[in-house]
Formats: sequence, structure tokens, C-alpha cells
Amino acid sequence: MEGAKIIIGSIEKHGVDRVFGHPGGAVLPLYEALRNSSLTHVLTRTEQGAAHAASGYARMTGKPGVCIVTSGPGATNIITGIATAQADSVPLVVITGQVQRDRIGTDAFQEADIAGASEPFTKHTYLVQDAADLPRIMNEAFHIASTGRPGPVLVDIPVDVQKEDVQAENDPSINIRGYKPVFKGNRKQIKAAIAALEKSERPLICAGGGILCSGSRTPLNIFLQKTGIPVVHTLMGNGAVDMDLPNVMGMIGSHGHLRAKQALKESDLLIIIGARISDRATAGGHIFEREKIILHIDIDPAEVGKNIETHIPIVGDAGDVLIYMLKHMDFTKTWDWKPSRTPSEAVVPMKSSPDRLDPAVLLHHVSEKADSDAIFTADVGLNQIWAARHITMSGKRRFLTSGGLGTMGYGLPSAIGAKMAAPERQVFAVMGDGGIQMSLGELGTLSESGEKVVILLLNNQYLGMVRELQDNAYGVDCRHGVYFKKGPDFVQIAEAYGLKSAHAYNMESFGKILEQSLCGQDSWLIDCRIDPKINSVRRF
Amino acid sequence: MKKRILSVLVENRAGVLSRIAGLFSRRGYNIDSLSVGTVDDPAFSRMTIGVTANDWQTEQIMKQLNKQIPVIKVAELLPEDSLIREILIIKVSATVEHRREIKDLADIYKASVLDVTQNTMILEVTGSEKKIESFIEHIRTYGLLEMARSSSVGMQRGTASF
Repeated sequence: MEGAKIIIGSIEKHGVDRVFGHPGGAVLPLYEALRNSSLTHVLTRTEQGAAHAASGYARMTGKPGVCIVTSGPGATNIITGIATAQADSVPLVVITGQVQRDRIGTDAFQEADIAGASEPFTKHTYLVQDAADLPRIMNEAFHIASTGRPGPVLVDIPVDVQKEDVQAENDPSINIRGYKPVFKGNRKQIKAAIAALEKSERPLICAGGGILCSGSRTPLNIFLQKTGIPVVHTLMGNGAVDMDLPNVMGMIGSHGHLRAKQALKESDLLIIIGARISDRATAGGHIFEREKIILHIDIDPAEVGKNIETHIPIVGDAGDVLIYMLKHMDFTKTWDWKPSRTPSEAVVPMKSSPDRLDPAVLLHHVSEKADSDAIFTADVGLNQIWAARHITMSGKRRFLTSGGLGTMGYGLPSAIGAKMAAPERQVFAVMGDGGIQMSLGELGTLSESGEKVVILLLNNQYLGMVRELQDNAYGVDCRHGVYFKKGPDFVQIAEAYGLKSAHAYNMESFGKILEQSLCGQDSWLIDCRIDPKINSVRRF
Repeated sequence: MKKRILSVLVENRAGVLSRIAGLFSRRGYNIDSLSVGTVDDPAFSRMTIGVTANDWQTEQIMKQLNKQIPVIKVAELLPEDSLIREILIIKVSATVEHRREIKDLADIYKASVLDVTQNTMILEVTGSEKKIESFIEHIRTYGLLEMARSSSVGMQRGTASF
């Protein structure tokens, strides 16, 4: 069988129904096999967009997202997308074309050592030298990407390997000596965790993105209901906890909620589940380690103890550990304590000009109007923090954003991928005017797809987050390189791509446009004019 | 911070060395020494990696190494129950009147003579880093012309093996 057919056959076999890509000379045989397959191909406008769209698809389906790009610049353009997936533990299988084998190492046209270049940002890489290895390598790539801590796997395939005819084994079994992720948490350790918890007076749970990766949202929320233990979440853990529960304290971190910080301070035992406790989550403080017992549950042993000292480490799948705890705990005791100081963070509209919107008020309104299972993607910057803080994640809502790498341009393509994975659900992409300009071409992908996404463009004509950082670090008179003097008319751009679009200058006009956008099957871009003075977090 | 020696069994294929070396550099750990060679099964290689690190850093390095898919096993070779060796090949100035002295010094260090010319000798010595350093110091007095030194290779004593 031809190498290209083996590759496409393997993608089909793994239950993925579409691939995101941007072709070129080095993947022509693959595209020919793709044309004759059951797979849908989504032509994104950039390779990076392909990776982000595949990421949105993967995060909604739980299956690896697949993208195919050509060699050289096609491959180097996708690196940011790969690094984004790596930082947020998103399973991707990235297929890159490579120049033919006898030209590798000659600096041939469109040659790049992508396996080498992407190696720091991938879970694993392959350079296929023999088409006979393809069935095994493709199986391994899907297995590695989707098991343990999920992540991107890159398979670099020379164009002549794609054309090579080989006798291929149908279903080679997977046995990778150096890769045996631990799924089942150590029972003794879990019992020790239960014992420590039962002795504790003010325990607190910190839910991270690992809850969503492992699909353990349900056992976590049952656990929270049964125990009453207060819970905080990370940015990536937004949506892991049902906000309707009374014990939710909000988001931790540099842009988190004061109540969450206070709960962290006052707790005497902290159970971290599926969170790597990054520098943004700790906000440079040491409240995590302040006189408390720390339990850390993570499938990646390298995360346990990496950023904070752990007293009871549990390596394993969050769902497995939580279900075991649910079975073996005595639920006669509950822990519904509250932090002594609960600072108010109510949303009070800014007193600003009548033709500028307050993002907090706007997003609260969207939150009320959106379905209980709506998907929100957020780009990076102020829009991301506002979305994380002001959209209520109740019901089965999902929040997709680039939390780890902080990649601008993620919001729009990931929304397209997410919508394709869950066409029956409402999808909103919360973008800034900086980030959307990094992914404008994907408006074309969206328009062509026929899927409906509502883009909430929070337009303040600034790289708002950088503006805020500059203001804090150097003073408001020292802003530099953050103002879009000639911001484009995004409404005209959206319309040029065949999307519906309108400007919103105040809540009244926004409310009407939003209502209009929620009816019918058309995608919308709402250019919301945001007051440029508003910062990420308002403290009262 | 102290010197550590890690023994790492890896798959023997292209790109693995760069992946392992890259892991150290991007996490800010300097590799003091590194040697790689295949083991009895040519599908695998053993890397002996020297690094200066504290206990916490060593644990992190080992965890990150273990995360790599081509890595089969990682162990720290503790000085008290391991053998660590280096090899040195050294060319010294050796006139006829000094040749005997140099040979006597070589015998003390169990070094062997690989080559002799009118004015030079090449010697080979194997041993711990300390022994090699000491040998270089003594032989230097005769005129050190050139040297090539391997990094450490090592293994645990007793039945422990991987």
C-alpha cells in the first residue's frame, strides 16, 4: 500500500473525522489520498491557524486534533501552534511533509529540520525513513498524543515515503518501552490523602485544566457537593467546576479573584488536581506553601513537586483518584468553611463616555444570554482575563484559551475547531483587536465552513494587556508601541469575508446586535468599542 | 550543589542525543560531562551525564529525563556504590634522559605507553577524575604537548543493573 494511504487510513481508524491543514509540494501525495478518503479537510489560512483549530477540535472531542502542513516554511509556521498545544496539554498529531530522503541534509528547497526544531515543544517527534514503519509510527503518535498527559506529536514524512509502496501490517500492537503512563493512582497514597483530609479543618481544592483533559469534571463536582470543600480553579481549570455550587471561590493567580486568594491563604490543606501551578497561578506569592499540607494529584510525575513542595504526591489520572476517594471516604463530615474576609468584587460599570462599552458589563450580559452549554474561546490579553472573570461557567459551558504559552491569535481558529467538533453548541470567540489581527485570515476559514461562531471583538485600539503592564511598570506617560493609531474597520473586513457584522458603542446597541446574532445560522463579528482605560482587574 | 553522575539508558537512534542535551540546556542546567555508547543490544545506548546540581534540581532533571519517550531508565550513580571512570590520552615531551622517569611515573598510575618517538611519548590512563587530575599534574612537569580526555562512564556495583 502507498505510504500516503497508510497515513490517511490511520487517521480514519482513530475516529478523527476531519483534518486541518495547508498543503504544499511536500504533501501532495497525502492530499491525493485525502481527496479519496472519508475525511473532511479544513483549509485554514495559516499553518498556525490549522494547529489552533485542531486544538479547539481536540479539546471538545477528546480525540487528537490532526493537522497536515508542507515542509520548510509550512512546518516552521506551525511551531507556535504546537508549542501552544504543548503548554496546555492538548493532544495533536501534526503531520509535516519533508523533502525526499536523498535530499535531506542538502539544504534542499523548502527543507527544514522540523523534527529537531519542534523537539522542545512536542511530546515526541518522528522522522519517518521507511514507509513500512508508518503503521507503527502513526499508531504510536495517536497513542502518545492522547494518553498520559496529552500533548502534540509531530510526524515528519519525506514526500517519497508518502509515495512508497509497501506491504504494511494492519494493526501492529503498541509497545513503547520508554512510555508507560501511570493511570491508576497509588492506593496507599490516596488513603494517606484521605486521612490527611479527614484531619483537616479548612481544606481547599484547586482544580486545573487536568480535570477537563481527563474528563473528570463529573466526579470532581460530585466530590465538591458531597464534601462542601471550597474550591478554587486556575485559568485552564475554568469550566471544570460548576459555578452554581456554593463552595466556588473563583480563579486564582495574578488576575484571579481576591476571594480565591483569601481562601488559599486561610486553608490548612490544599488538594491540587491537574494543575501545574505556574508562576501566573501563584502570582509570585508563597501563599501556596504557607503552613499547609499540600496534596498534588497529576498524571505527569514531573509536575508534582516542580513548582511547590508537595507533602502527599499522587501520580495518576484525576478521574481515577477522585472516584477512588468518593468510594473510600466517610462523608459524615463536611467542610463548608468560608474565608474570613470575603472582598466584594461586584461588577460596577465604569463611569465612561457614552460611546464606549464596559467589558465586564458586556460579558455578564453575554453570560446571561448564552446557552448553558455554550463554548467560549478567548484570545490572549485583557479580553482573556475579562472573559475568564466575567463569563459564568455554569452548566456544561467550556472555556478554551491559550493559558500556558499565551498565544495571541488562538481564539478565532480554536473557536472554528470547537464548533466543528460540537456543531450543536453555541460558540463565542472573545477576541481583542490585537489578537484578531494575528488571525484575520481565519475569518475566511469560518465563512467558508458555514459554521456559526459569534465573535465578540473587544476593541480598545490597544494591545491592552501590554499597555496595562507598561502603565504599572513605567507610568502612563511611558507607553510605547501599544496603540493602534490606524485600527481597521473590522466590520468592513468581516463583511468582505462574507460574515455579518456590526459596531456596538453602548450596551443598548450591543444588546440588540447580540440578540440578532443569536438568531439564525450566520456567523457574526460584533466590534465592541471598549473603554481603553479599563484594566484587567478592578479592585474596590 | 554538588557533582552528580546520572546513568541514562536510551533508544539508540538519531535525534535522541539532541533531545536529551536540549532538555538540560533549556531548563538551565549545565552538562559537566556526557558520554554515549551503545550497550550489548545495539538498539540502546547508555549515556553517562555529569551535572552540578542540588537534590531538588537532580530530582527535577531525573523526572524530566524520565518523561522523554526514548528514555528507558534513569539512575543516579552515587559515589559510594558506583564505579566512575575516565580515560586520558596524553602526549608529553620525553627526551631520552627523562624517558625512564616518565615510565616509572606511568607505572605508578597504571598508565600504558601507546607511542614513543625521539622526543615524545603518548600515554594512556584510566581512572577516577581525581586520579586523572593527579596524573596530569605530575606529568605536566615534563612538558605537556597535547591531551584528549573522555568524560565519565560509570555503573553501579553489585547486582543492580539496567
